[in-house]
Amino acid sequence: MSDNVYIIGAGIHPFGRTDGRSGREQGVHAVREALSDAGLEWPDIECAYGGSAAAGNADIMVNELGLTSLPFTNVANGCATGGSALAASQQAIASGMYDLALAVGFDKHPRGAFNAKPSDYGLPEWYGQTGMMLTTQFFALKIQRYMQLHGISRTTLGRVAEKAFRNGTLTPHAWRRSPVDLETILNSPMINDPLTKYMFCSPAEGAVALILASEKKMRELGADGVKIRAVSVKTRPPNSFEVFQAGISIEEGGKPTVLASKAAFEKAGIGPEDISVAQLQDTESGAEIMHMAENGFCKDGDQEEWLANGWTEIGGRLPVNTDGGCLACGEPIGASGLRQVYENVTQLRGRAGDRQVPGTPRFGYSHVYGAPGLSGVAILERE
Amino acid sequence: MGQKIDPDLWSDDPQPHLMGGRLPSGEVVFPMPVGDAAKGVEPYKLSRRGKLWSWTSQGFLPKEPYEGPGSGPGEGPPDFQPFLLGYVELPGEVIVESRIVDARLEDLHLGMELEFCIVPFNMTHDTFAFRPVAATESKAA
Repeated sequence: MSDNVYIIGAGIHPFGRTDGRSGREQGVHAVREALSDAGLEWPDIECAYGGSAAAGNADIMVNELGLTSLPFTNVANGCATGGSALAASQQAIASGMYDLALAVGFDKHPRGAFNAKPSDYGLPEWYGQTGMMLTTQFFALKIQRYMQLHGISRTTLGRVAEKAFRNGTLTPHAWRRSPVDLETILNSPMINDPLTKYMFCSPAEGAVALILASEKKMRELGADGVKIRAVSVKTRPPNSFEVFQAGISIEEGGKPTVLASKAAFEKAGIGPEDISVAQLQDTESGAEIMHMAENGFCKDGDQEEWLANGWTEIGGRLPVNTDGGCLACGEPIGASGLRQVYENVTQLRGRAGDRQVPGTPRFGYSHVYGAPGLSGVAILERE
Repeated sequence: MGQKIDPDLWSDDPQPHLMGGRLPSGEVVFPMPVGDAAKGVEPYKLSRRGKLWSWTSQGFLPKEPYEGPGSGPGEGPPDFQPFLLGYVELPGEVIVESRIVDARLEDLHLGMELEFCIVPFNMTHDTFAFRPVAATESKAA
């Protein structure tokens, strides 16, 4: 048994739109980059976990990478696909069965909002036919109520997006690399009130690969590793309010993000105040705001003050979504959760260039949320 | 009147009710489960009155399986009619997602009194919605 698991290689294919290159080819690109970062060759990898939502099975990548007979498990967990792949590879090494594992995620989505099939989610057809089965509506409905109850302003929603695009200008792997000012964000077309066009991320393309190693292997290789202090994936508890729900309980229930966050902090033996940099699921501006509180970084309503004071900026009290998050990078579902971890690895290694968090960040926190209500949290440490 | 978008979605009473289910535990759910999940669940006529729990607007044409205006053959985004929707809390029962009609976005607020109604959806089908309880009626009640 080796409890200590490290990320020793990280690779990314730039997010956005890459015509003429399939999602899986972008995945292969990311794997090769991660291998090179770790100083390894493909035959060194002992097991792999990966997935995409719309770009095919990950295990087919062996055609390009090499037929080494390794066990390769496909992961399909919606937006949390990357988080689940990371958790599975972490467990594979922590169990002592393997010393080197790959977690990979990639995707390539058509333009425009995601469309889901009601039957895939155990929902009646009328829910989709009448135009109520849209992820964007859920985000708007959740933040609308939250704003009413906790006094969050539209300006604060705008500030989240403004920060994302500003960070995107500093990030080579981001899709949106031009700044957008607050006024333009607030006055852009309304998609689902209170969320305007610039407050939503777009489905996109991209890939991320991470190579995980046991402590023994990392030392043997002399690799530049970042320790995985905790990984936690939780599905929804009773009476929660999630995406794609035609009915919600009148009893207020728990939240998968709160559960995953608490479990991860407990496992890591640290608290929110110890985190130096955080990547929080920001499929739209409201999500980042609510996830700041759900992950324990502030109280409900305090985000108004946090954003006004720039506390989540690079250089602020707790930099959030330092690479521009989903808002600036877009959301290739299978890769998105791993992008957050990639960004934390980059920050903790001090290799983030213009967007580097100052000082020597020690703990990086990432959080992904997906349909039908699951969250994945990872806490990394630079020892 | 068009056809119902789903034959079991609301009752055929003169004053129709949205159909939920009551679980053996007494909990009321919406929609009424189907298949094996319906075992032991009693069909339950939901309250026609509720309070607004949250809301939003739909400003763009949804992709399939949407079947409303703009989705038909030869139609597109210019044919789309934006609509309002939200969650309505039916006291003591369940919170249901619904279209909201006969209201303007700027009039919507938490706790607003709403009532159930049936509205035309497309050329062939009706769907359900909630609309504000008329101010006078609300005072009388």
